[in-house]
Amino acid sequence: MDSALILQARNLTKRYGANIIFQDISLDVQKGETIVIIGPSGTGKSTLLRCLNLLTHVDSGQIFLEGEEITAPGINEDRVRQQIGMVFQNFLLFNHLTALDNVMLGLTKVRKLPKPQAHEKAMHELARVGLADRAGHYPGQLSGGQQQRVAIARALAMDPKVMLFDEPTSALDPELIGEVLGVMAQLARENMTMLVVTHEMGFAREVADRIVFMEKGHIVEQGAPDDLFERPQHARTREFLWKITELYGKKEKK
Amino acid sequence: MLTDFFLYIAQGTAVTIGVTLVALPFGLAVGLLLALLYNYGGRWVSRAAGLYSLLMRGVPPVVLLFILYFILSGRLINLSPFWAGSLSLGLVSSAYQMEILRGALAAVGAGQMTAARAIGLTRLQAIRFVILPQAIRLAIPPWSNEASIVLKDSSLVYALGVPEILRRAQQLSATTGQPFLAFGAAALIYFALVFLTNRALDSLAERTKLPTQPV
Ligand SMILES: Nc1ncnc2c1ncn2[C@@H]1O[C@H](COP(=O)(O)OP(=O)(O)O)[C@@H](O)[C@H]1O
Ligand SMILES: [Mg+2]
Repeated sequence: MDSALILQARNLTKRYGANIIFQDISLDVQKGETIVIIGPSGTGKSTLLRCLNLLTHVDSGQIFLEGEEITAPGINEDRVRQQIGMVFQNFLLFNHLTALDNVMLGLTKVRKLPKPQAHEKAMHELARVGLADRAGHYPGQLSGGQQQRVAIARALAMDPKVMLFDEPTSALDPELIGEVLGVMAQLARENMTMLVVTHEMGFAREVADRIVFMEKGHIVEQGAPDDLFERPQHARTREFLWKITELYGKKEKK
Repeated sequence: MLTDFFLYIAQGTAVTIGVTLVALPFGLAVGLLLALLYNYGGRWVSRAAGLYSLLMRGVPPVVLLFILYFILSGRLINLSPFWAGSLSLGLVSSAYQMEILRGALAAVGAGQMTAARAIGLTRLQAIRFVILPQAIRLAIPPWSNEASIVLKDSSLVYALGVPEILRRAQQLSATTGQPFLAFGAAALIYFALVFLTNRALDSLAERTKLPTQPV
């Protein structure tokens, strides 16, 4: 793997009012790396991702994208967000637009591509997630799995340097999870840099280069999947992994 | 006889439609601006917009109409009765249209804004290309209701001397001594106009409905 640093978070702290959501979080992401973030709900995982692409702002600390500080005052935040793709738990496709237009919107309005080029690029991204034949469908006509794949294509169309996934399969029926994880695994193989919050331990083990365990606003432990799963250093990590495997097993049986 | 009645009153129809076609879009423009300020403006801007709506909706339209009319046709601004009346009616309607639109904007949901910003759209672009097209769809049915209210309330400009349907019916009733026929004809014309307006907007709502059936 290319070991160039692409995203760097330094001593991030985030509060909502008097609530400290996370404190002093630092994370280095190498180019092409797939990092899976796990941890109990309410731990600040979503907030961390939202801070990384400036959808919300940290109270202190710095974030660097390819060496440029994106938390610096006066930075063009729209330009930063364009370079960091994000995929949400509940898809959030633009409901009034077809799959194709969902992917094209950023190309025409943000990147200002002429229509024919935008169309070609959008079709290419839809094909990448296996949905070229659904280009003309509205979100309401697509299954959850298809909607999430369109959402991935929409993010990919901006040629992001990093992709953030916030529990991309948590809202999906079990039989639709595989198609989305499949697309994500493919992206990882293509060396896309990815930060993925998920409870899918199978995906974490097979696809992640590194797993980060977060709890109560802190990174408790991180390491290669095998190390973390087989030899967790902290009791809390062990407990969480045990619980999540239990839960995951139960969901499978249903 | 009956046709003469209708013809005379029907001449007022053009004025009624004219008043409505000024008041409704004017109220829409002001209402939309206020709704956007309410939903996306800062705290004080939002409060000011809310206060405007509260005051405007807390007073009977006809009272406001008189107040606004005397401002718009006064010394400083001196508009003709038609324009002063129509714009006053539009201002009254703007508060109701604002309520309709801010409800629709809120109903689109914060997630759509988040998703739009996440691909690099500016706030204004997000509102224009993502939020508004969805909000407007949601607003059509309640807006259709407001459109028929404005159409009917346009009869209030009668009190300002604008020769619309009701004023002509009143004149006819006085000169012919046939109030039932005169006002009956006026009622029929209003009904037809409201009916057509609602039908047109229903069909617009139908045509812009987003497909949802799974395929
Ligand atoms: N916009 C917000 N305002 C106030 N509190 C928030 C907001 N967003 C998240 N929080 C709080 O931050 C904490 C962490 O939330 P979140 O980042 O969603 O955790 P996770 O994704 O790990 O479940 C929660 O306690 C949540 O209530
Ligand atoms: Mg979360």
